[in-house]
Amino acid sequence: MILHKYANPARFLKLANAIQPWAAAATIGLLLAGLYFALLSSPGDYQQGETVRIMYVHVPAAWMAMFCYTAMAAAAAIGLIWKHPVAELAARATAPIGACFTFLALFTGSLWGKPMWGTWWVWDARLTSVLILFFLYLGYMALSNAFDDPARGSKASSILALVGFVNVPIIKFSVDWWNTLHQPASVIKIDGPAIHSSMLIPLILMAFAFKAFYIWVMLMRIRGEINEGKIRALRLRQVHAGPPSRTNAPEKATEGTS
Amino acid sequence: MEQLISYFQMGGHGSFIWTSYGMVFLVLALLWLQSRRFVRNSQTELDGLAVDRPHYQTSKKNET
Repeated sequence: MILHKYANPARFLKLANAIQPWAAAATIGLLLAGLYFALLSSPGDYQQGETVRIMYVHVPAAWMAMFCYTAMAAAAAIGLIWKHPVAELAARATAPIGACFTFLALFTGSLWGKPMWGTWWVWDARLTSVLILFFLYLGYMALSNAFDDPARGSKASSILALVGFVNVPIIKFSVDWWNTLHQPASVIKIDGPAIHSSMLIPLILMAFAFKAFYIWVMLMRIRGEINEGKIRALRLRQVHAGPPSRTNAPEKATEGTS
Repeated sequence: MEQLISYFQMGGHGSFIWTSYGMVFLVLALLWLQSRRFVRNSQTELDGLAVDRPHYQTSKKNET
């Protein structure tokens, strides 16, 4: 099974080394192309005018907020069920990235809401459920670092990630289930996207740029987490071995007596 | 010049649009920098600890 193959951190790092430069290049290339279309080439909206340009960062950030949580919950489940060491690290590496995208979705949404809705914030289902998602990310990060034993922290935070996953479909369907100021889905629809291609292209480019950025930074952070694990293992060995002077002392004493 | 000013004004909503894009790039740049520092610091610490255990060392050229 491919999952078990990459449970070995050394093997995983080899794969990460191959992917990382491509992810970095894809991020920069897609971002430049996306920004060109978003800020220069695409037209203003007939109702919203130029503020529609906020959509090209707001919507991809919101998609990433949900994608990262789904990825984090899936990795946490794999870590809990199969004790997959790299999956646990992937969940830990994903959390701060997801938190950043959720913050950006909230921040840019607020800046879009003010000129369009006349308010920075409303306590409706979509906005409130995304705010809860942000707190779930923060809770996950706080809990995973709250224990001296990282395995316990990982287990507790993985359970939180899985319980919190119930919020993801609530966010997705909140605009259909409840009355809200927020518009319903206009891209991922059964009868196709209700958005003109001149606006769909920058949206898709920015969405892929954010996804490539996620892969790039996540692989970087997993490398850091693997290093941290090795550091803990080495420190434990040093503690069990004791300080060098103590370990040498009995030998010297026996040498002296013999 | 007027065209450029009018472009940056974005129909009177420039402050909302440019603050949005600015915050996106600030947050993503800070996240990237913090992640790179996390990897570099852990690598330096690991290399310092693992001088007598070569199998724990990871090559620095692997960093991106």
